[in-house]
Amino acid sequence: MPLNDTYGSTGRERRLMGKLRALNWTLVALITAVCCIGFALLYSVAGMSFEPWADRQMVRFGVGLVLMIGIALIDVRWWFQLAYPIYGLSLLLLVAVEFVGRTGKGAERWIDIGPLQLQPSELMKIALILALSRFLHGVLVDDVSRPTRLIPALLLIGLPAGLVLLQPNLGTAMILIVGGCGLIFLAGLSWKIILPVVALIAAAVPVGWEFVLKDYQKQRVYTFLDPESDPLGAGYNITQSKIALGSGGLFGKGFGEGTQSRLNFLPEKQTDFIFTVLGEEFGLFGLLILMGLYTAILWNGVAIALDTRSQFGRLVAMGVCLNFLLYILINTSMSMGLIPVVGIPLPLVSYGGTALLTVLFGFGLLLSVQVHRAVDIPRSAAALI
Amino acid sequence: MSDGRESVRYRAFSRRTAILSSGTLGLFTLLTGRMFQLSVLQREQFAMLAEDNRVNLQLIAPHRGRVYDRMGTELANTTPNNRVLLVPEQAKDLRAVLGQLSQLIPLSPQRIERILRDALRSKAFNPVLVAEGLRWEEFARVNINAPDLPGVETDQGELRSYPFGSWLSHVLGYVAGVTDKDIEKEPELLSLPGFRIGRSGVEKAADDALRGKAGAARVEVNAHGRVIRELGKREGTPGQDVVLSLDMEVQKIAQEKLAGQSGSVVVMDVNTGEIISIVSAPGFDPNAFTGTVSSAIWKQLNEDELKPLLNKAITGMYPPGSTYKPVIALAALASGAMTPRDRVHCTGSRVLGNHVFHCWKRGGHGSMDMHLAIKNSCDSYFYECARRAGIDAIAAMSHKFGLGQTYGLEIPGEKAGLMPDPAWKKRARNDVWRDGDTFNVGIGQGAVLTTPLQLCVMAARLANGGKAIIPHVIRSFGGVDRQLAVPTDMGLNPEHVAVVHSGMDAVTNQGGTGARSHIDIDGFDMAGKTGTAQVRKLTAGLRGRNSDSIPWKFRDHGLFIAFAPVVAPRYAISVVVEHGGGGSKAAAPIAKEVMTVVAQRDPARQKLFVPPMRTASGPVGKA
Repeated sequence: MPLNDTYGSTGRERRLMGKLRALNWTLVALITAVCCIGFALLYSVAGMSFEPWADRQMVRFGVGLVLMIGIALIDVRWWFQLAYPIYGLSLLLLVAVEFVGRTGKGAERWIDIGPLQLQPSELMKIALILALSRFLHGVLVDDVSRPTRLIPALLLIGLPAGLVLLQPNLGTAMILIVGGCGLIFLAGLSWKIILPVVALIAAAVPVGWEFVLKDYQKQRVYTFLDPESDPLGAGYNITQSKIALGSGGLFGKGFGEGTQSRLNFLPEKQTDFIFTVLGEEFGLFGLLILMGLYTAILWNGVAIALDTRSQFGRLVAMGVCLNFLLYILINTSMSMGLIPVVGIPLPLVSYGGTALLTVLFGFGLLLSVQVHRAVDIPRSAAALI
Repeated sequence: MSDGRESVRYRAFSRRTAILSSGTLGLFTLLTGRMFQLSVLQREQFAMLAEDNRVNLQLIAPHRGRVYDRMGTELANTTPNNRVLLVPEQAKDLRAVLGQLSQLIPLSPQRIERILRDALRSKAFNPVLVAEGLRWEEFARVNINAPDLPGVETDQGELRSYPFGSWLSHVLGYVAGVTDKDIEKEPELLSLPGFRIGRSGVEKAADDALRGKAGAARVEVNAHGRVIRELGKREGTPGQDVVLSLDMEVQKIAQEKLAGQSGSVVVMDVNTGEIISIVSAPGFDPNAFTGTVSSAIWKQLNEDELKPLLNKAITGMYPPGSTYKPVIALAALASGAMTPRDRVHCTGSRVLGNHVFHCWKRGGHGSMDMHLAIKNSCDSYFYECARRAGIDAIAAMSHKFGLGQTYGLEIPGEKAGLMPDPAWKKRARNDVWRDGDTFNVGIGQGAVLTTPLQLCVMAARLANGGKAIIPHVIRSFGGVDRQLAVPTDMGLNPEHVAVVHSGMDAVTNQGGTGARSHIDIDGFDMAGKTGTAQVRKLTAGLRGRNSDSIPWKFRDHGLFIAFAPVVAPRYAISVVVEHGGGGSKAAAPIAKEVMTVVAQRDPARQKLFVPPMRTASGPVGKA
């Protein structure tokens, strides 16, 4: 019997080793490469010093990498089962943060759990992907457009998005809404619904402008439209970011030589505007390398989704990719003055533990889907619970 | 995949994924285009803006030149000045920053208001001066806290300092802040915060030389305007050091002897016109003017009866009184109207028409020739002397001696005085010239007005036998001697000069009016001429009263001119003591003391002082 135990253990180990071997290491390498670009930039903006950003970010990445692989090894069916509980918990935390949350930069975003600081809105990004994927897993293409299916799906998105908007955190709310709607779209939402809704949204923009947006949000839009009107005030960030990017030219000013960032003309250089630092120091060349890496990551993600047997797995994989894509689009567009300033980090590059862990958590799920791509989850399983 | 509906779902999913991916690709292409637009198409524009952000051109204020006396004593120099400046544009909330500063350095609420007003007036990117002359600890405190004080800058400028204070106030003048009008003339340098320029005296006259040329530094600044490093630097040219002809020791003794009185002393080298000493008493402390003058000090200086702000040596105008008599004598001799041996009988008064002209000696001097008349300062003799010479000859001779004109001295503000003649009287008073006017001029009264500087020039030209020396106070700029024109000859007859010299010799050395001020140094005997200038017409009630019993401001001015040695004179002096009573009592003794020191030092024979070289760097300010 003791031998049996030993065999049993080795069997499990063998299974784990098999999963590890099956893991898409190319994706892991691509993620690590992007993070390394981030470390270099954080080292540069700190005046060629590991303190105070690069060293901490590297530790977080180490933790995050282990977490990601750990998550990848967990059977995707577990995540299927945990989808609703995680969503429920996240929703509770989002409600709680309204009452006991700590304010950072004018928005209530943080909650303290012992020594841990938690941003429920970040957790929700993962939770929504899981919950929505699980819900849609049980819905046939023809049924997606039915109100009985569509309304619960929209509620899954709308509840957390509304709470996040209350904080107020426009950027995250946008990612939740667009990412969530993306999943419904992928699940096969009828064009007969999509087109009228798009038209309706276009019509609703002026109304939303008047009644929904807060003054500071409106201000961001105003200054975006004409940053030079107030070059030292609210338009400063956009103007300085464009100057930094443009002055980088083809190959940049060199590592650690970015005058705009080193001399503090660039605000929030280690977080929201780190894309600009890359452009200033490494030029168009550096930006294209990063965009290439991002594209490769997304390519891998899409390939995983298309190679997965369960609709749940496919939707989770695409959900993670969509979130990742939205981060990239919003941050780079903002840095280049294409959209108003929104506090969204450049994924895997910007300084910040929570965002990094969230993204790595997401990639963990993506890898879990990849490792367990052959696993079949019956459609009827979604109906349970 | 047995379930057909599953495969439908998969196909729908992959189709939608393809659509989404193409959309993403399109967006990425758009982003790449934007990157290309910014960093390739608009690169130059943004590169220029980035450079604009980072590089500031700052002027480097040149060192101001020092001022020395002829022996190399420092009369004006600069001391390090720890300053705190504030750039309004960067501070944003000025009041808050000043509030923080006031906890580090002493800043009164009034001063803060003043700074706020200054900030409002100047351009937002120009720093305004918050405090200067800070002690090292205060300065260090600000420097340590500077990163938390937006817009606050510190630098080490220089502060003008005058080691001898009030003893040289009228010679050196002072430096003070610039006005908007000055800035128009030289906007760059003069816009430097706290920059000061010469406002009076040599500081003003030699300002161009003393000021130097500004250097410039290209510096890298951060977003808060703080200088990170220097990129390049063009050294300025330090101001030239200026050496004066003054001898500080002579200046000191003259000051001491005038202490408590209002008056002036001018000592000159009779061969070159170099001024050895020029004193106007009382003086003021020019150090008080380099900062902001407190209104209390200003009020006090303005209301002082002794007028410390006036440079009496060049702006005080006095009737020359009897010191003028040598010129009258030379005018009469030159015109041929009189010979040295012609005698005039003095009875103590002389009647002209219905007017009586008195001699200062009640009983009269009896029979006087020219030598005796100068020695005893006989008024009756000089009434006659002036009458015979006539006003035109007197005026001509006076002009030769430099009366009624200015000399372009390097101390601004000279007054020309007045040498009256018939044309002047017609012009100024619309009246004809009368003999009585000539009588008055004959004893240096009436309309004749002279400055102490003019009296000294007159004495010097008498002493050197008629060389028209021009007075000056600056010997060299930046170690290079000034080139001076050879003085023209006034065309005096040496025999006539000898007569006057012997008369003046007798004044101090043969029991004349200045006998008490005889100098007992071998080879440095002094010849002089006393003078007393009436401040107002004496009323019957005041005549003959002891001068001590008359109110101060109605007392006569005491005057004295002299030269030494008698044979081959080298130095001339003029002394004026306002309301000091007679010249023999008030002025001559001062001349004796001063000339004794001159004799001991003999400044004209000392080696020429050449100032040392200096380096160019100075405090940095923002352009």
